[in-house]
Amino acid sequence: MTVAQAATASAEHGEIDEHHWTSTGLDTRKLAIWGFIGSECLFFASLIATYLVYRGQSLVGPLPHTESQCMLDGKMQACEGIFEIPLVTFGTAVLLFSSLFVVLALYGAQKGDRKMLITWLSATVICGLFFIGMQVYEFYHFYHKGLGYSTNLFSSTFYTLTGFHGSHVTLGVIWLSTMLVLALRGKLPPEKALNLELAALYWHFVDVVWIVIFPVVYLMR
Amino acid sequence: MATSVLERRAPAVPHTHAKTGLWSWITTVDHKRIGILYGATSFLFFLLGGLEALVIRLQLTGPNGKLVDPDTYNALFTMHGTTMIFLGVMPLSAMFFNYFIPLQIGARDVAFPRLNAFSYWVFLLGGIFINTSFLVGAPPDGGWFGYANLTSSRIIPATAAAPSPGLNIDFWVIGLQILGIASIAAALNFFVTIVNLRAPGMKMLRMPMFVWMSFVVQVLLLLAFPVITVALIYLMMDRNFGTSFFMPDGGGDPIMWQHLFWFFGHPEVYILILPAFGITSEILPVFSRKPLFGYTAMVFSGIFIGFVGFGVWSHHMFATGMGPFADTFFSLATMVIALPTGVKIFNWIGTIWGGSLRYTTAMMMAIAMVALFIIGGLSGVMHSAAPADLQQTDTYFIVAHFHYVLFGGAIFGLTAGAYYWWPKMFGRLLDETLGKIHFWLMFIGMNATFFPMHILGLNGMPRRVYSYPEGLNFEFWNLIETVGAFVLASGFLVFLVNIIKTWMGPKNAPADPWHGATLEWAIPSPPQEFNFPKLPQVGSSVPQWDARRAAGGHLPEPALVSGEGIHMPNPSFWPLMAAIGVNLTLGSLLFIRQLPYWYGLTLFGAAWLFVSVYKWAFEPAH
Repeated sequence: MTVAQAATASAEHGEIDEHHWTSTGLDTRKLAIWGFIGSECLFFASLIATYLVYRGQSLVGPLPHTESQCMLDGKMQACEGIFEIPLVTFGTAVLLFSSLFVVLALYGAQKGDRKMLITWLSATVICGLFFIGMQVYEFYHFYHKGLGYSTNLFSSTFYTLTGFHGSHVTLGVIWLSTMLVLALRGKLPPEKALNLELAALYWHFVDVVWIVIFPVVYLMR
Repeated sequence: MATSVLERRAPAVPHTHAKTGLWSWITTVDHKRIGILYGATSFLFFLLGGLEALVIRLQLTGPNGKLVDPDTYNALFTMHGTTMIFLGVMPLSAMFFNYFIPLQIGARDVAFPRLNAFSYWVFLLGGIFINTSFLVGAPPDGGWFGYANLTSSRIIPATAAAPSPGLNIDFWVIGLQILGIASIAAALNFFVTIVNLRAPGMKMLRMPMFVWMSFVVQVLLLLAFPVITVALIYLMMDRNFGTSFFMPDGGGDPIMWQHLFWFFGHPEVYILILPAFGITSEILPVFSRKPLFGYTAMVFSGIFIGFVGFGVWSHHMFATGMGPFADTFFSLATMVIALPTGVKIFNWIGTIWGGSLRYTTAMMMAIAMVALFIIGGLSGVMHSAAPADLQQTDTYFIVAHFHYVLFGGAIFGLTAGAYYWWPKMFGRLLDETLGKIHFWLMFIGMNATFFPMHILGLNGMPRRVYSYPEGLNFEFWNLIETVGAFVLASGFLVFLVNIIKTWMGPKNAPADPWHGATLEWAIPSPPQEFNFPKLPQVGSSVPQWDARRAAGGHLPEPALVSGEGIHMPNPSFWPLMAAIGVNLTLGSLLFIRQLPYWYGLTLFGAAWLFVSVYKWAFEPAH
C-alpha cells in the first residue's frame, strides 16, 4: 500500500493525512506519467500516420522493399529493398526482453533484493544500449547505401519516426541508468521502488510504440 | 522527480522562505504567484497584439491604404493572430487555471509546483523569443496557420523564387515549439491536480464548472499539442534539411500540413473558448442567486464538445477539394458540435431565468459573452455547409465569425473573470463605475468593429490583403470598423485606469464580496500561502452556499492563521534554469541553415538543460 493509498484509506475513517491526501489514492507522479504517455501516443500517432500516408509515394529510390521498377541513379531499374529485417527482428526481441527485465528489477526493488534489482536493471540498460547501437548501425548502413535524410519521402518519414523513437529509447536509458546508479549507492530501498516504477512505465511505453512501428514499417508490404 | 513519497514527508523544522523581493518571485512555486505572473505577462502580450490590430485597422480605414507596405501587413496579421492565441488568450486562461483550480478544488497547490513555475518561464521566454523577430527585422509573415508552401525556404520551380527564405518563419516555428512545451507541461500538471488533489468529498460531479471546463481543456492540450509539434518538426526539416514533407517537388503534399495543423488547430479553438465557458458558468449563478441550471448536462456537453472537437478539423479545408465523402462527414460533425453548445446556451439562459439578478460588471460581461457567442456560433454553423463555406472562405465573413467567438466569447469571458476574481486575487474590488464604462466601450466597440465584417465578407472583401481599391463599396464599413476598434481599445485604457486606481486604493475586499458558491470564497482575500488551514470537507457542488445556509445567511470573516505545521513546497530556481536551457537548445536552431557551427550553442543548451533537470530532480521539494 502506498503512502497516498494509506492516507486515503485513513480519510475514510474520518482522519486525513493532509500532506499525503489524494482524491483517487493514486500517486500523483504515477498519474502524471500516464498522462504524459497519453500525450506521447498522439506524438507517435502523427509520425506513424505520416509514414503511412507517404508510403509508396517516393519519387526515387532506394526503397524499403525490393521493387521491379524504381527510379535509381537517374534511370528506371529494378532495385533491391534496403531493410535488413533479421537484424531489426533481433533488436526488437532484445528491446522486448528488456521490458521483462525491468519488471524483474522492479520486483527486486520492491522486495528489497538488491542483487536482483541491480542484475536485472543492468540487463535492461544493456538491452537498451544494444537497441540504440543497432539503430545507429542501421542508419549508418542505410546512409552508405545512398539513403540520406532528404533522399525521398520514405527516408524522411522513416528516419524521423524511428529517430524519434530512438531518442525516446536514449532518454529511457539515461533515466534507467540514473536509477541504476542510485541502486548501486543503496539509495533505492523498497519504499522508493515507485521511482523505478515510473521509469519502468515510460520504458514499457517506448517498447509498446516499437511493437507498432516494427510491423507497420518493416513487415507491412 | 526522483524523490519518493516518503522522502517528501516534511522535515522536522519548517522552512521559512522570503515573502517579498525579486528573488522570491524568480524562485516562487506558489500557484497564486505564478498565476499573477501569467496574468501580468499575458496582459502585456495582449496589449501588444491589440496594437498590431490597431495598425491593421488604420491601414484599412480607407481605400489604397499607405500606412504599411504589404510585407509589414503580412507580419502584422500573422503576429496579431499568433500573439492573441498563444501569448494572449491561452496564458490568460492559464492565469485563472493557476490561481483558481487549486482554490476551487480545495487544494494547497498544484500537483507539481516546480513544473508549474517551469511552464511559466518557458512561456515567458518563448513569447519574448518570438517577438524578438521584430527587433531583427524578420517577423513571421506566413499567417498564424503557416500554410505550406508559403513557409518554404526552397526555390519553387514554377516561380523560380523561395516564398520565405529569411528567418521569419524560423522564428515562428521555433517559438511555437517552445510555447508548446510550456502548454504540455502545464496541461499535465493541471490534469493531475484536478484528478488527484480534490478536497475530501469533492467528487468529479461536485467540481465547479470552471474546473470541469478546465479539465476538458487540459485533455485537449495534451492530445492536440503533440500533433502540431510533429507538424512543426517536419516544417523545420523542410526548411533546413531539404526534406519534402510538404513540398510537391519531392512528392510531398502541402495539404498534409493543413491536416496536421488543423488536427491541432480545431481543438485549439475549444482550448481558447472552454475556459471562458467555465468562467461564465461560475458567474451567472452567483449573480442570479440560483444554482447553475442543468449541472450534469453542462458537464457532459463540455466533454462532448471536447470529444467531437477532434473530428471536425477538415471544415477549415473545404476549399482544398477533399471530395464529397470527406466534405459530408466534416459538415455533419460540425453541425453536431452545435448541439452541446446549444445545450450550454440554453442552460445559461435557464440559470438567469427568474433569478434575482445583480448587474455587476462581471455579470454584464458574462451575459454579453453568451449573447456575442451566440452570434459567432450561428455564423460558425453557417460554415459547416461546405457549399456556403466555399463562398465565405478567405473573406472577412470568417474574420467576423472568429472574432465574435474569440473576442465576444473568450475575451468577454476572461474579462468577466477578471472583475469577478480580482478581489480574491488582490484583496481589492475593481471600481464598478469604471467597470461599467469599460463594459460599454468594449461592447459597443466590439460590435462596431466586427459586425460590419459580416457584410464586407459577404460582399467579397478578401482577408489577409493589405489594401482594397476604391469603388467596391468597402469604404463605409471599413471606416466604421476602424472607429470601432479605437472605441474598443479605449475600453481597455479605462480598464488600465481602473487597475491603477484600485491598486492605489485601500484593501477593501471581504473574503466573499459576491456571496459566491465555491470554495475560494471561504478563505481570506487574498488567500494565505497555504490556501486552506485545514482541507475542507465538501458535500455538494456549492459548498460555500451550504456553509452560508448552515450559518443562517451570514458568515463571519475568516481569520488569518499562523499556518504552523503546514509544509509548503520549497522555492526553487531550477525551473527557471531548465526553461533557459529549453530556450537555448531550441532557440539556437534558428540559424542552422546559415551558420552550421551554431550547433555548439545547441549542445551547450542541451547540457544546461540536462544539469538543470538533475539539480531539480535531486533537490528536496519540501
